[in-house]
Amino acid sequence: MRAFSYEKVADPAAAAARAAEVEGAKFLAGGTNLLDLMKLEIETPVHLIDVNGLGLDEVTETEDGGLRIGTLVTNTALSADERVRRDYPVLTRAIAAGASGQLRNKATTGGNLLQRTRCPYFYDTAMPCNKREPGSGCGALTEGAFSRQLGVIGTSDNCIATHPSDMAVAMRVLDATVETVTPNGMTRRIPLEEFHLLPGDTPQEENALMPGELITHVTLPAPVGGTQKYHKARDRASYAFALVSVALIRQPDGSGRVALGGVAPKPWRSDEADAELPNGARAVMAHLLEGARPTEENAFKITLAERALAAMLAEE
Amino acid sequence: MQFNEPAGQNLFDNATIVGRPTHRTDGPLKVTGTAPYAYERHDVVEGQLYGYPVAAGISHGRITSMDAEAARNAPGVHAVVTTLDIEPLGIWDYNVARLFGGDEIQHYHQAIAVVVADSFEEARAAASLIEVEYAPGDPADYDLDAAFERFEGTGEPSTMVGNVEGALENAAAVVDEMYHTPSESHQMMEPFASIVDWSDGEDMTVWTSNQMIEWNRQALATNFGIDPDRIRVESPYIGGGFGGKLWLRCDAVLAAIGSREVGRPVRLAMPRPMMMNNATHRSATVQRIRLAAGEDGKLTGIWHDAASHSLPGGRGENATAQTPYFYGAESLRVQHHIVEMPLPEASDMRAPGEASGLMALEVAMDELAEALDMDPVQLRIVNDTQVNPSNPDQAFSERHFVECLERGAEAFGWADRNTTPGGMREGQWLIGHGMAGAYRGAPTLPSGATVRLSGGRLIVETDMTDIGTGSYTIIGQTAAECLGLPLDAVEVRLGNSAYPVSSGSGGQFGAASSTAGVYAACVGLRQQIAGQLGVEDPEFREGRVVSGDTDVALADLEGELEATDTMQWGDFKQDYVLATFGAHFVEVGVHVGTGEIRVRRMVAAADAGRILNPITARSQVIGGMTMAVGAALSEEMALDTGRGMFANHDLAGYEVAVHADIPEQEVIFLDTLDGISTPLKAKGVGELGICGVAAAVANAVYNATGVRVREYPVTLDKLLGGLPEV
Ligand SMILES: Cc1cc2nc3c(=O)[nH]c(=O)nc-3n(C[C@H](O)[C@H](O)[C@H](O)COP(=O)(O)OP(=O)(O)OC[C@H]3O[C@@H](n4cnc5c(N)ncnc54)[C@H](O)[C@@H]3O)c2cc1C
Ligand code: SF4
Repeated sequence: MRAFSYEKVADPAAAAARAAEVEGAKFLAGGTNLLDLMKLEIETPVHLIDVNGLGLDEVTETEDGGLRIGTLVTNTALSADERVRRDYPVLTRAIAAGASGQLRNKATTGGNLLQRTRCPYFYDTAMPCNKREPGSGCGALTEGAFSRQLGVIGTSDNCIATHPSDMAVAMRVLDATVETVTPNGMTRRIPLEEFHLLPGDTPQEENALMPGELITHVTLPAPVGGTQKYHKARDRASYAFALVSVALIRQPDGSGRVALGGVAPKPWRSDEADAELPNGARAVMAHLLEGARPTEENAFKITLAERALAAMLAEE
Repeated sequence: MQFNEPAGQNLFDNATIVGRPTHRTDGPLKVTGTAPYAYERHDVVEGQLYGYPVAAGISHGRITSMDAEAARNAPGVHAVVTTLDIEPLGIWDYNVARLFGGDEIQHYHQAIAVVVADSFEEARAAASLIEVEYAPGDPADYDLDAAFERFEGTGEPSTMVGNVEGALENAAAVVDEMYHTPSESHQMMEPFASIVDWSDGEDMTVWTSNQMIEWNRQALATNFGIDPDRIRVESPYIGGGFGGKLWLRCDAVLAAIGSREVGRPVRLAMPRPMMMNNATHRSATVQRIRLAAGEDGKLTGIWHDAASHSLPGGRGENATAQTPYFYGAESLRVQHHIVEMPLPEASDMRAPGEASGLMALEVAMDELAEALDMDPVQLRIVNDTQVNPSNPDQAFSERHFVECLERGAEAFGWADRNTTPGGMREGQWLIGHGMAGAYRGAPTLPSGATVRLSGGRLIVETDMTDIGTGSYTIIGQTAAECLGLPLDAVEVRLGNSAYPVSSGSGGQFGAASSTAGVYAACVGLRQQIAGQLGVEDPEFREGRVVSGDTDVALADLEGELEATDTMQWGDFKQDYVLATFGAHFVEVGVHVGTGEIRVRRMVAAADAGRILNPITARSQVIGGMTMAVGAALSEEMALDTGRGMFANHDLAGYEVAVHADIPEQEVIFLDTLDGISTPLKAKGVGELGICGVAAAVANAVYNATGVRVREYPVTLDKLLGGLPEV
């Protein structure tokens, strides 16, 4: 870990302004991802701006019947919120499937969206990694490399990492929107769909935030009802990142929405695939995973995604 | 004391303390966080500094240059010693990887520098400033399958009995399959950690976390070329080892080098991401097993070939270890090939050999049972033997394998199992049942102790270690039993080179050997007491010495009495095979859609001689079973074959079983005694618990799905192709 300075600020706008002002600054929320990465010198901020205590820790109702979630609402609090459990059960299920109780107590809403990949080569600073060290090459794409956990779609020749969040997959299927404050004090709304970027030639650029921009809230539109499920397939029963996860909202008429985790650099969903839901899992995946480029080691994720969804559909 | 003949009737046959379920005497220290583990021993010596290691970024080759200038100038730094600054250290007898010194890189994450600083954070920050240039070695071949094919049929079998080829030709049923187990990492909770004071470059004191105090001392002496008598080692509490801490590792070596350099004590812990590639691991294995049997299920032949990897000169993982002994086949052919690869040192991990070997052999037996249309329990029963199949003149000291099978089957309800693979379903879960046999040798090593009695209180000192196993407790129980004292009148001091050399902890020899050593010392003490009172063969009970008219409280004896002895093992034991046996029964659920596997129920029956303490013994067995669930379903050191390194080198990537993976576990101990083994008629149990379990899980998965996986870990991707349509 490199030496860094630390400050607390008065309000969200000040946080954003300061972050833009100090080069190499980062926000500190729960710290469950950032501090780990700093210890390994994968992240090397010179200045931390602590956003705890800025009053962004409440879930309130919006005028159009949705929910507005402060960025500092913890994963534990969000998943346990009565309104979330009742109206957005897929979100409760997804969050509860992630990490561990201790981590969820610290993990925040914004921090969760911004957590970084779990690619093993990203984590080993002796290895090449375009995301960590642009231009050094992708450690996971060389002959004999270990890629079982990594992405099968939306990836590029420069990076095949996945975004590891469970919460984000549920938020994607719920059409969430990220609300921010920019360094010049403006509020910006970014649909979650557009929030995470695909790697292309610049895997180090992971999201649509501008330098210094602070997430203040995530909003959920009014509840859509239906049966809501989250299946996280993994090698052990708990405390493991998803091989594949499926968030499903299904209406009584058979229509609905599907988003996948564990397969792509962002929660993976498409309108075309949603439209196929009445036709079953195979039809959905034919669209959703069309053009997938798995490695030999992770090709099973394509079958797994389809079978997981089929099982979820068959369960009712 | 010399153990020269089988133990007859003795005091342990009427024991009231040995054999009694007793909670760990060190439990309160552990749950209150006051047990002194190596890295937290702030109070043992003044002026401690922090060390931090630097690890090599290539798998093999040479270092051409290192620039530590920036690190030396970093805040708080006292010294940096790089591997280029010193001559290659010596390599101790049982190891093959060099721990430090010189420019050669033998494996990924080999230690190449140590930074010593005022704080941990400063040492770590400075460590990352060191620039290293390498000349990588030629690309290496990491293909163990290809190596197996090359080696198969070459060299001399280690066991060759009868005509296996003929047996295979004439058999009613044959199995001939390839099996794979991956490399596995010990990943105990407490990392390798040491504080070393070698300030004057003369006498060295080491506070460490190590299973084998005397080996540790000898290894330090060899590494640094100094007299072992100048080295003192303390390791009273150890947060797990599983064989990883049998050896001196770079934590102590770097702390010593740092301490000598700066003239102050240095503490150093190996960072978790470095543990997998720096320390030892269990090698992957490739195994071909051929079984031949008659219609009655009797094995006419077992042919077991295996290969594992190692650095030159190492032992690898001999997966054939159990095969010459376990089943009574008419013909046997067994051979293990060691394939040299520039990977981290492959060495012992809990039940080395048997753990991997039974993962394959016990699946092969399941396949044979199916080929014969026979109950797999019955198949094992008909192949039981009371003599060593590869040397029929040698009997087993005690062998109650059949009883394990029967008792386990009964407790599990084996008779009601699913008998049609893929035929049992609950909602979206396919249910399967599987079983396997377990075998693990029961060695003993010489083991010494000192006992001191004063004012009715007894102190036991031995360099035996407690690696979470319960040594403190069973040693206390043994001494209390011998002297007729209550357990709380005995203080047990372990893990210190100032005490007599013991067996140490490993190879499941620790409990059996060290309690025998304590017994030897106690016998000496009893004789002294009898001498002082002028009586013969008194009884020791309820804190008193009783003989004829004499009835004296131990508390009233004069002065301090002390006895030291070492239990030595007579040659007569070699006329027997000493081993422990078990049977495992497992129920799994496999998700019909995703192939996710969840263990639902486990029953084990174990035959391991006298159970010294049913609570600590049970903990050992369920711990082994838990570890084996990891081995069966998720643990795999993922080898990057392009780079020669294990890529998933942290606990997020290397998935051991967690609480949610472990269901109800039932352990049945047979009430057996083995007088050939030790005076306490005890054998080890800590490694038996991991043996065979993974195969029982794999067999249950087959039973649930009809998909036979012969490549561990049994992960869902290996099932998907064979699961029914959803
Ligand atoms: C062992 C382990 C297992 C885990 N398993 C899972 C799992 O199974 N599923 C899962 O989904 N997650 C898992 N996680 C990840 C966990 O969910 C994240 O670490 C957590 O959500 C991050 O939140 P945080 O508040 O601690 O973020 P921090 O670590 O504080 O921050 C993360 C990043 O977000 C930035 N940031 C934080 N808040 C803001 C803001 N308001 N605006 C702009 N930038 C911001 C920080 O600067 C930093 O770059 C696991 C983590 C660990 C350590
Ligand atoms: S997949 Fe992405 S994160 Fe992983 S090594 Fe390649 S570039 Fe880095």
